[in-house]
Amino acid sequence: MADTNYDVIIIGSGPGGYVTAIRAAQLGLKTAIVEREHMGGICLNWGCIPTKALLRSAEIYHYMQHAKDYGLSAEKISFDPAAVVKRSRGVSGQLNAGIGFLMKKSKVDVIWGEGKISKVGEVTVSKTAKKAMEPQHPLPKGTKGEGVYKAKHIILATGARPRVIPGIEPDGKDIWTYFEAMVPPSMPKSLIVMGSGAIGIEFASFYKTMGADVTVIEMMPNIMPVEDPEISGMAKKMMEKQGMKFLLDAKVSQVKKGAGGVTATVETKDGKKQDLTAEKLISAVGVVGNIESLGLEALGVKTDRGCVVIDGYGRTNVPGVYAIGDVAGPPMLAHKAEHEGVICVEKIAGKDVHPMDKSMIPGCTYCNPQVASVGLTEPKAKEAGYDVKVGRFPFIGNGKAIALGEPDGMVKTIFDAKTGQLLGAHMVGAEVTELIQGYVVAMNLETTEEDLMHTVFPHPTLSEMMKESVLDAYGRALNM
Amino acid sequence: MPINITMPALSPTMEEGNLAKWLVKEGDQVSAGDVIAEIETDKATMEVEAVDEGTIGKIVVPAGTEGVKVNALIAVLLEDGEDAGAIDTGGGSAPAAAPSVAAEAPVAEAAPAAAPAPAGPAPVSADGSRIFASPLARRLAQLNGLDLKALSGTGPHGRIVKRDIESALAAGTGKAAPATADAPKAAAASAPATGPSSDQVLKLFDDDSYELVPHDGMRKTIAKRLTESKQTIPHFYVSVDCELDALLALRAQLNGAAATDKDGKPAYKLSVNDMTIKALALGLRDVPDANVSWTDDNMVMHKHADVGVAVSIPGGLITPIIRRAEEKPLSVISNEMKDYGKRAKERKLKPEEYQGGTTAVSNMGMMGVKSFSAVVNPPHATILAVGAGEKRAVVKNGELAVATVMTVTLSTDHRCVDGALGAELLAAFKGYIENPMSMLV
Repeated sequence: MADTNYDVIIIGSGPGGYVTAIRAAQLGLKTAIVEREHMGGICLNWGCIPTKALLRSAEIYHYMQHAKDYGLSAEKISFDPAAVVKRSRGVSGQLNAGIGFLMKKSKVDVIWGEGKISKVGEVTVSKTAKKAMEPQHPLPKGTKGEGVYKAKHIILATGARPRVIPGIEPDGKDIWTYFEAMVPPSMPKSLIVMGSGAIGIEFASFYKTMGADVTVIEMMPNIMPVEDPEISGMAKKMMEKQGMKFLLDAKVSQVKKGAGGVTATVETKDGKKQDLTAEKLISAVGVVGNIESLGLEALGVKTDRGCVVIDGYGRTNVPGVYAIGDVAGPPMLAHKAEHEGVICVEKIAGKDVHPMDKSMIPGCTYCNPQVASVGLTEPKAKEAGYDVKVGRFPFIGNGKAIALGEPDGMVKTIFDAKTGQLLGAHMVGAEVTELIQGYVVAMNLETTEEDLMHTVFPHPTLSEMMKESVLDAYGRALNM
Repeated sequence: MPINITMPALSPTMEEGNLAKWLVKEGDQVSAGDVIAEIETDKATMEVEAVDEGTIGKIVVPAGTEGVKVNALIAVLLEDGEDAGAIDTGGGSAPAAAPSVAAEAPVAEAAPAAAPAPAGPAPVSADGSRIFASPLARRLAQLNGLDLKALSGTGPHGRIVKRDIESALAAGTGKAAPATADAPKAAAASAPATGPSSDQVLKLFDDDSYELVPHDGMRKTIAKRLTESKQTIPHFYVSVDCELDALLALRAQLNGAAATDKDGKPAYKLSVNDMTIKALALGLRDVPDANVSWTDDNMVMHKHADVGVAVSIPGGLITPIIRRAEEKPLSVISNEMKDYGKRAKERKLKPEEYQGGTTAVSNMGMMGVKSFSAVVNPPHATILAVGAGEKRAVVKNGELAVATVMTVTLSTDHRCVDGALGAELLAAFKGYIENPMSMLV
């Protein structure tokens, strides 16, 4: 009989779960991971990664359309939707296989099926109702199956799924979630995107670039509502220039399906109603935690608004039961899940570890233009009572940005006037998602404006704007 | 191998000191015994001598750095044939125990530019002699008047980070640097009573109406200890007048009888103060219940009277201690005091010469002060404030007479020396002063 006793069992192999498993194994804990659909979870198979592949196709397509701007010629530019999707699925497939390899290398047992905490210290895995979804490759070798497994520590990393608005339930045909939007059989000519968070705006941007007529509907007064309003306002203007349409302070009250697609009744704050018709509608109004069928009610694990309640170390109110990632609450980001998981197992292993600090988790949105941020927005900083110094530097003042043909965008920094603490950084423009980490490191190392001013940034790079923005906060910008 | 020069301990209890001055610079040749630097503790200045010969390769802790931990790397000595490239600055002592140079620098200089190594291109800043603290933590410490040396870091590798400052502020710790056993208690006790901030004080005056003189170690110590004393010790005062005529007569007689050496210098020259010290010591011998120190758990009953004597020196005061004063002849007390007085003014007293003691004498008679009350300097339980001896009208046997009278006031720590006990001690003291011959037997 195979050994079914573990130190740690993790339910869910998304970016949070699999990273947690590797770290647990590194710490010498005997670890198993339970997965029911696809190694790597949504992020890798249906989320972060495949959308980046799609957006890359869109980006190159966009450049080809603008080849002339660079002195190049490209004619009869076109695309094959099936090939674009195929590439995206291929990227996911490659990484998905990689997770299997990582588990094997780390000596983490993979248990295939639906996991449930049957009692404290025990996970019962039953045959999954869902079939291994494409692009799941053949199950990793040596995968275990149904059965009862014991573990001193059980970590829920079950992730989240699209939130459904009653009356606007996705049907997979006319009303899509990100699942369907990821693998369009053909490019819709027109599209309504409900919700302008990261998921909504990325798909809006992809389909817009691929030629669709896109309208984004957002309940809040700003698109990408978590972002600094100045930044999201700028992103909105740039997207409007591309032909994207926005309805803010608006909500879809009703959706009718017809022969020509869907007709959405949109109500704006001022009470006006209008009907919008499009071929497809993408519902991207957030995600909710997967807390069902895990045995949580029976154990008395506390939940709140669809998420498991945890402390800074991933501990629930029930000893031996932990949760990390989306299922443990916002911000629902892969990198937050990973870090939460690492903290969780390090604490379990008795390491001296500090609780999760959610104030320095960066966020990246890969629309065109990209948006990236970390820390407090300007209004939030003021709300928190800080006397702020704000620095701004536009892309137009940066040599590299001009050379790249990307003169639109801005880097904004927010400092506490009293201490020089970097409270937040917000960017919009080309490649900013690759820049934000500089500020993230700075914030984590608790640098002040002085340290940033004394740091030599390489020339010519977009990153020079990061320094200029800091200088500007103190009235010392050089190239502006 | 380059030789590490570390912060010396000037006394067994010394934990840190200020690097007051370098007497050599990088590149200087030194031989064993050469004085290379001056170290200042809270009250004394001492010289650091080179123990080996060689070239000063690198000065790690610049002059003027406060709070350098004992055994922290302060400089590197190169032996013959070695060049500066041989310096492995990473090989110093535990970095967390070391000070930050920038810690108390003014705002404008707290920047990386003012980083520890002043010498040339020192790419490895981890020179083993700095406190690792994040830039934000350094600035917050500065803004809040915290001493990074008094904090411990919870960041990676013991780095002091923002949350450490925040918890120190919440706990009210970190203001007082010394890590002695009773420091946490003292800091906690004094925390709620911090006075107005520098800004609050300064804004009461016009900008150009004053100059700012930074506090030196002695000033900080005086402020800290006396604030602590007045806040934690319930003071009680007892005054008495003593007639000095007999004492003055005896003093003249004794001084006249002092043997002289070949230069005609007398072997001793007693002062009224010397005799006051002796009288207080004998009083404590006779009233041993008053020769005590207070601790939260016990009464410390001292077996000897160690009398601290307040010596005013430029910029402050210091209290060297005549140990076992009750056993010492007046001539010994007198000569010890002369030596202490001289070295105190040069700030050359050793910590063991001014730390401890069971009581103290503060004499302002020479300044014409009639009477005053002194602040008990713990661990003492008493301090005697001595006024001027002056001719006063007194009533003797129902008739007016003239006598030389001095008023003394005993301050006691009421936790361990009650009023009546204080009065008893003062009566014993007065007995020796007015019948001074009894001090000689």
